[in-house]
Amino acid sequence: MITIDDYRRVAPPGAIDMLLRLAERVRGRRLLHVSGGRFGGGPAEILHTLVPMTADLGVDAAWEITGGDPGFYTTAAGLRAALEGAERVLTDEALDHYVEMNRVSAKKLSLEADLVLVHDVQPLTLVEHRGEAGRWIWGCHFDASRAQRRAWGVLRPYVNRYDAAIFSLPKFGRRLAIPRYVIAPSIDPLSEKNRDLTSREVTTLVRALGVAQDKPMLLQVAPFTPAEDPLGVVNVYRLVRKHYNVRLVLAGTGDPERESRETLAELREAARHDPDIAVLELPPDAHLQINALQRAATIVLQKSVHEAFGLGAAEAMWKGKPVVGGFAGGLTQQIVYDVTGYTVHSVEGAAFRLRHLLNNPELIARMGAAGREHVRRSFLVTRHLTDYMALLIHLTG
Amino acid sequence: MTAAAPRPFTFIGCVELRQALDHRARDERELLDRLEDVPPDSVFYHTHGYFLRHRPITTAYGNDFAAWVAVHVRDQVLAERLAVINPFETASLEDLREELMSVVYDHLLRMSSVPRVEFGEVFHFQQSHIVEVPLGPAATTLAEFRAGLSEVDASAIYFHMVEARARLGRRSGDFAEWIRTALALPALAERIERIDAYMTSLERVRARVLTLVDAALEGDAA
Repeated sequence: MITIDDYRRVAPPGAIDMLLRLAERVRGRRLLHVSGGRFGGGPAEILHTLVPMTADLGVDAAWEITGGDPGFYTTAAGLRAALEGAERVLTDEALDHYVEMNRVSAKKLSLEADLVLVHDVQPLTLVEHRGEAGRWIWGCHFDASRAQRRAWGVLRPYVNRYDAAIFSLPKFGRRLAIPRYVIAPSIDPLSEKNRDLTSREVTTLVRALGVAQDKPMLLQVAPFTPAEDPLGVVNVYRLVRKHYNVRLVLAGTGDPERESRETLAELREAARHDPDIAVLELPPDAHLQINALQRAATIVLQKSVHEAFGLGAAEAMWKGKPVVGGFAGGLTQQIVYDVTGYTVHSVEGAAFRLRHLLNNPELIARMGAAGREHVRRSFLVTRHLTDYMALLIHLTG
Repeated sequence: MTAAAPRPFTFIGCVELRQALDHRARDERELLDRLEDVPPDSVFYHTHGYFLRHRPITTAYGNDFAAWVAVHVRDQVLAERLAVINPFETASLEDLREELMSVVYDHLLRMSSVPRVEFGEVFHFQQSHIVEVPLGPAATTLAEFRAGLSEVDASAIYFHMVEARARLGRRSGDFAEWIRTALALPALAERIERIDAYMTSLERVRARVLTLVDAALEGDAA
């Protein structure tokens, strides 16, 4: 079992002692996380690490999830998409049912705590059932700045019943009657996705995926959706390929949405005509394989045109890789331009930066090292937990 | 210098809890207008607070306003003028606000159009709440102070050298104040007080204080 002390070898000097001192001030207090599920990406992925770490610090940490019938999940997903700016039809009946399902969950769950941190949309309306004691925070893990008016109009009154909200970046938030704190997400350096691997493990895992390591590898790990622009990445590769003998690996999870299926079909067609393009559709729990691919890569791309925070960049930088990313979402915060990689606005721009790096291999090593240190300071779970401890102290005295 | 101080020194680290404000700027005129409106804590966050967040790996702009104007508005002239404003030299946050505003105002007078963000990001004003964290054993002698300082989290350097001076009204900084009043070493206190924390890193400030303390300890031993 991993303990808080295990993080001493990866966290910045002094960070763990700082955490222990912070925890002394809130020892015994109860911090409850509530999310829409225990699996998948988003907050669930990091809560698997954060909750045991918090408990290890002596804080009474718990994690509850809400649920419902298929209609509830459909409406919650629709609301989430609408808050992210997509057009969705949301009927009054469906919205009433969503609120009702959370009322049922509230009756089943123990929601008493000094600080209740409710993550994302699915459990959002639980706040209706808050008691007198404790402070309630809504954690929004996506970009809600372009939310559809109707969806925001439905949820804003609920959000304003919280004591505060947390957004990953200031630009992701909307005007609210409550304070908006800014806490960036994080990666767990000791998880399967990010822990150190030996070169033999990397070779074995990458070979098992059918990818040869016989030439420089350009890698993008992202869902096969238009927002991540995997087709643009293929065009980037084609421009680079004119000058360098490289391999492109696109790894991601499939998505039942029509646009994603079409994108994946186009990628497969491109790969059929070029043996140096590999399209890997991986299951959601292929953490070790992604880890190995990122370590085997020469340069990592995250050429999103729309992005939430996009922690794939931090994951790659933690493995010492320079990242060429789109000028979108949290990528501009993670990628320090010309220091840990480049943010770009176009296919041509991405190809130019890749060629520049491939032509200057010493830059690849230097940027990779700078990226790892940048992540160590800013995007590890130890910093995330420090922020949560500070929030607990600030809000509960 | 081996005498124990009547009042021990406790190192205090800090965590900066960031809070987004509703103010934002898309161009330099809006930057000027919002600068007038935002709370003093926001001016502090974007100027003095820059030193807590700044890492030596990145280009130094001196404050968030200069960094935004340089990177997102791409107005190197205003960026240069904002970058040279030393927040440690102004008497108060209101004076610092005035200085920043007058530089932007003067710059806009010379421009035929207002430079704005075209492909970059809007400036979002923020402020911070500092959560204080007592660290390590308290020091009662200069040698103990030196040992504690060498190991303490870098945020303690920020807290005692920047936060204490600019926001908590302890103009000498906590290190100099304690060394002067509790250890009765005014010459060393004055040297520490003169350390320029502007445009450097917290680690470099730590190294400079340690060098001065080492020199004092060696002088004592000799």
